[in-house]
Amino acid sequence: MLAVADLTMRFGGLRAVDSLSFEARKGDITAVIGPNGAGKTTVFNCITGFYRPTTGTIVLTHPNGGTYALQRMQGHRIAAAAKVARTFQNIRLFAGMTVLENLLVAQHNTLMAATGFGVLAVLGLGRYRTAEAAGMEKARHWLDAIGLTARADDPAGALPYGAQRRLEIARAMCIDPVLLCLDEPAAGLNPRESEELNQLLLRIRDEGCSLLLIEHDMGVVMRISDHIVVLDHGKKISDGTPAEIRADPGVIAAYLGEGEEDEVPA
Amino acid sequence: MRGALRDAFLSALVALGIFGPMVGLVSTSGDHGLSLQVRPIAVAVVVGLIFAGRLLILSWRGGGPRQRNLALAERVARAGKYITPILLLAAIALPFTGSRYYIDLGTLVLTYIMLGWGLNIVVGLAGLLDLGYVAFYAVGAYSYALLAMTFGLGFWTCLPLAGILAALWGVMLGFPVLRLRGDYLAIVTLAFGEIIRIVLTNWVSLTNGPNGISGVPRPTLFGLAFSMDGGPGTFGDFFNIEPAVIQRIIFLYYVILGLALLTNWVSLRLRRLPLGRAWEALREDEVACRSLGINVRNTKLTAFGIGAMFGGFAGAFFATRQGFISPESFTFMESATVLAIVVLGGLGSQLGVALAAIAMIGGLEALRDFLSFLGDQMNSPVFAGIASELPLYRVLIFGIALVVMMVLRPRGLISGRTPSVALTKLKEIAPDLVAESRS
Repeated sequence: MLAVADLTMRFGGLRAVDSLSFEARKGDITAVIGPNGAGKTTVFNCITGFYRPTTGTIVLTHPNGGTYALQRMQGHRIAAAAKVARTFQNIRLFAGMTVLENLLVAQHNTLMAATGFGVLAVLGLGRYRTAEAAGMEKARHWLDAIGLTARADDPAGALPYGAQRRLEIARAMCIDPVLLCLDEPAAGLNPRESEELNQLLLRIRDEGCSLLLIEHDMGVVMRISDHIVVLDHGKKISDGTPAEIRADPGVIAAYLGEGEEDEVPA
Repeated sequence: MRGALRDAFLSALVALGIFGPMVGLVSTSGDHGLSLQVRPIAVAVVVGLIFAGRLLILSWRGGGPRQRNLALAERVARAGKYITPILLLAAIALPFTGSRYYIDLGTLVLTYIMLGWGLNIVVGLAGLLDLGYVAFYAVGAYSYALLAMTFGLGFWTCLPLAGILAALWGVMLGFPVLRLRGDYLAIVTLAFGEIIRIVLTNWVSLTNGPNGISGVPRPTLFGLAFSMDGGPGTFGDFFNIEPAVIQRIIFLYYVILGLALLTNWVSLRLRRLPLGRAWEALREDEVACRSLGINVRNTKLTAFGIGAMFGGFAGAFFATRQGFISPESFTFMESATVLAIVVLGGLGSQLGVALAAIAMIGGLEALRDFLSFLGDQMNSPVFAGIASELPLYRVLIFGIALVVMMVLRPRGLISGRTPSVALTKLKEIAPDLVAESRS
């Protein structure tokens, strides 16, 4: 699905990501974990086109066989053409627009294509009406999925925190992604909201979208991921199933800061 | 209460310091050169006003919390439903007063309403602070004047051309400023406005420089000219009525009314379409837009282009109404006035912009009338020297009114946001949730 090979991102003298290679398989939930400052968000920003990697390749393969070299694509094309959606660590909703509008903005490219360069739709002609009805239907589907149908006409900024998190995920799903990248989706959620989030993510996976997620909440990571990549100081230190990761002494050392002497090359 | 009195007294003292020399002393040229005239009454009036005003503000603030909540926004929106048709009817009925003064004033107000609505697309919806909007107004005006006079094209042929040319310049301005935000964008657009004006002043061979272009052709009604000779093919001849200047004035009034309504209609339609929603999303969060696959560059350019196009239409109308244009008509003051209208009206609100234009352009005019009327009533010798100058204070009073306005309603007259679409019921959005243009 997603093959990251030899990815390096340098900020001046700092190597935030250092020749990282990993793979996210189709239909899996792949988690990227690691201590603060390990370079997880930088990897995300490279994949979603917010940073241009110094070296390395990021190749996305669609289920239909099409391949996209993400490291060469323009930022907005990664979402529009390669169908990689993302959410942000600090929620970035359109706070002054309603929940429904947020979901419609996400379908911009599909809807825009139906407006005949805007001219026909301004005049009320063309097939925009049908396209808009389909867009509303999709929005309604996701509103039901995140349980916010009753609040569809409220401004997104007025929602409680947990609902904003879910809305951001639903909004990302409205671009019909093949890969959804979530940057700490469980941050700041209470246990009940966290459980709802797990159910939502599993549902998204079962509907055929692969997931890549950064998460600190080990409860979420261990319960739902199929595959875990562990980063520390920009390097991959471990890679495997949740059970394997849990047993890996290198991971424990990185997280707890134990066994310093192990890290000194012999 | 004592605290309030103390505060008001101090304010009055500061006012005395400032206005004492500024208002109280006037140099008049007498028989033996300049002489100094002292006006204690004028100073007393100003200082008294400030004392009373400060006291009023303090006592008003003490009475209950500020009302800037959702209920207010919704009440304003509901009132808007009644205000809009009333305003529209009044606008259509205005020429039936037959007063040339009112029709001219109405035309001026409508021009600013149209400019306000055009700028509202850029500043209010897309959130791009544009301080050089007058540039597109100028491009439209000169496009019309030059096309009409060089190629002999009529107003209705040139109008779309002027709009397209202005839109082209909007896109050209848009390209270099795409990466800029807030203050930086404002500075570059400001410079762009000045560049256009300076080019128009100095490119004498094309624009006739500071002397301007005179004899810009007037518009026709389906080929019927409004000329005073009443010859064949003129309006007067066709309808078999005596030609009069007022006919052309009324016609121009309806032209600008139509153009303004077109601007309004297109803006309202676009707001409900993906493009308009993308503009507003851009204002709210550019990074999120990019992550959703919206082409930020093109979306910004369309906002610049469409906003500029309406500026160009208004410019072409300005040229044909005045019959004379020169770079002096396109100073920064115009940009500032239009921006003030948009900000005062409430960013993104169509009705707010219309009300603000009426208040700013029409209100200033009404204030002048009122002050000269007041001055005429003050016959007492106590007011000697003030009464005749009273109309000059209108801008000062107006400035104070604007400051008060911005204190009371910092997000403009109509500051809430009406969602573009609803699943069940449209609910007004409180202004504090809506993002402003980044500045």
